[in-house]
Amino acid sequence: MSEITKQSLSELVKNIKDKNLSSEEVTKAFIDRSEKSKELNAYITENYSSALENAKKFDQKPNLELKLPGIPMAVKDLFCTKDIRTTAGSKILGNFVPTYESTVTQNLWDEGAILIGKLNCDEFAMGSSNETSFFGNVQNPIDKSLVPGGSSGGSASAVAGQLTPITIGTDTGGSIRQPASFTGTVGLKPTYGSCSRYGIVAFASSLDQAGPMAQNVKDCALLQEVISTYDPKDSTSIEFKRNEYSKELTNNIKGKKIGIPKEYRVEGMPKEIEDLWQKGIEFAKDCGAQIVDITLPHTSYALPTYYIVAPAEASSNLARYDGVKYGFRSKGENLTDMYEKTRSEGFGDEVQRRIMIGTYVLSSGYYDAYYLKAQKIRKLIKNDFDEAYKKVDAILTPSTPSSAFKIGEKKDDPVSMYLNDIFTVPVNLAGLPGISIPAGQDTKGYPLGLQIIGKAFDEQSILNIAYAMEEKIKFKNKITDWWIK
Amino acid sequence: MSIDLKIIKHISKLSRISVDEQKAHKLADDLNSIFKFIEKLNELKTDNVEPLTSVAETTLKLRTDEVKSKDIRDQIIKNSPQDNEDYFVVPKVIE
Repeated sequence: MSEITKQSLSELVKNIKDKNLSSEEVTKAFIDRSEKSKELNAYITENYSSALENAKKFDQKPNLELKLPGIPMAVKDLFCTKDIRTTAGSKILGNFVPTYESTVTQNLWDEGAILIGKLNCDEFAMGSSNETSFFGNVQNPIDKSLVPGGSSGGSASAVAGQLTPITIGTDTGGSIRQPASFTGTVGLKPTYGSCSRYGIVAFASSLDQAGPMAQNVKDCALLQEVISTYDPKDSTSIEFKRNEYSKELTNNIKGKKIGIPKEYRVEGMPKEIEDLWQKGIEFAKDCGAQIVDITLPHTSYALPTYYIVAPAEASSNLARYDGVKYGFRSKGENLTDMYEKTRSEGFGDEVQRRIMIGTYVLSSGYYDAYYLKAQKIRKLIKNDFDEAYKKVDAILTPSTPSSAFKIGEKKDDPVSMYLNDIFTVPVNLAGLPGISIPAGQDTKGYPLGLQIIGKAFDEQSILNIAYAMEEKIKFKNKITDWWIK
Repeated sequence: MSIDLKIIKHISKLSRISVDEQKAHKLADDLNSIFKFIEKLNELKTDNVEPLTSVAETTLKLRTDEVKSKDIRDQIIKNSPQDNEDYFVVPKVIE
């Protein structure tokens, strides 16, 4: 048996079920490694002692029928966890202890998982590098100088660095898929309405989705199966037949039609990304899939549309942080002064910038020119996908326009930071599922990801395609444990 | 169009975020570069396009109006920034 923290979720589940390992042993192993990994700054809040207690409790009366029997895991600090601090990476929620549990995390605990900690992320999930977190930036296990991506940067770093076997993140414009791509891990953004948003700190409600992140496709499938449930507490949760994704997983994708959208061949795209994409096409063909050229004509409008829709929804969602009912409060001479100081001191620069953009595009006189216009173009973007899916079962693109960049490199240039999400944002605008799988390395040895986009509610097809391609790609992440003292 | 300091002051007021001179200049620069990038949307004619407000094609479900969680006042007040058992305490608002 290999070292515990090197095992995949499926191996750990099997070893616990076969009684080769106890939950306590597994939990202790991941806690020990997490303790030695402080330099990555992946955690905001640790939950080690109660995790060990819970593991012991599990072992005393193990229910081996569960899908995640006694499996320790850390989750993005955007999910409300009852009686455990939930900060969303922000000073304004720095001391917030929820009195209730998010549906998605409740689903994890109901299937036997054990919380070991809350993972760092960009403040309110606004960022692509994990540099906007109030709790400091996260380092990429691939290389000390690199960002792990964002906003689920702590989650990606923790999975790649084997601090947790699996995790969940959230994805509003690429926040699961981009960090997965930057760290050589697998990340799935499910169809909008598949996973409940109840108890997730809201960023942009028409785009936000929770999703699994793991070392491989099979683990992602199992985790998706656990977290995706219909929930009356989220009015946009959708009732549909949810598969047992891991059981129905197959590498037989013979005859599946995979579309290649020419508009994703963007100006200035590095040759290594173009080459990776080409390689992906060959792998898909090797698996028996049929490649079809398609067009998504409004692709280049997706990012500007997103930067109206997402900030508009954020400015409205974040109006609740006023220092009155919960969270940080600053002192003011009167109520308005208190609001203004609380929000100015409690929010970081990027969050303030987005609230300002959102407030502006929703303000009297500008609503039609910006917000309404963006909603109309969002419709055109969705129509493009609807049209494409008449011809194909899934779409293959690169996950990101480059490999992970250096810490600090894009920090002062918001537009160049936003361009990171160019291939992921259209998927959120159209509400579709998308998965990023590691598919190769650039000349510096940094991981590169491919994205497979599916039809709404057809997570199974993209998981199958990803599973088949993963087998052919045989990706090996280069983790040197440089951060372990 | 360009975003000047007057507009920044206006939106900072609407957003209830206080902004000093230095921050206002920085925000004006950032927002101008972001809106320059957003202007691309004006290339498209959208007169006859229906706006998309939600991708979830469901109508809101009706449910019976019944109390599901009771006696949670303490939980609600628990995270109030200023200690008080009964109310949310804020600075005085009337003279």
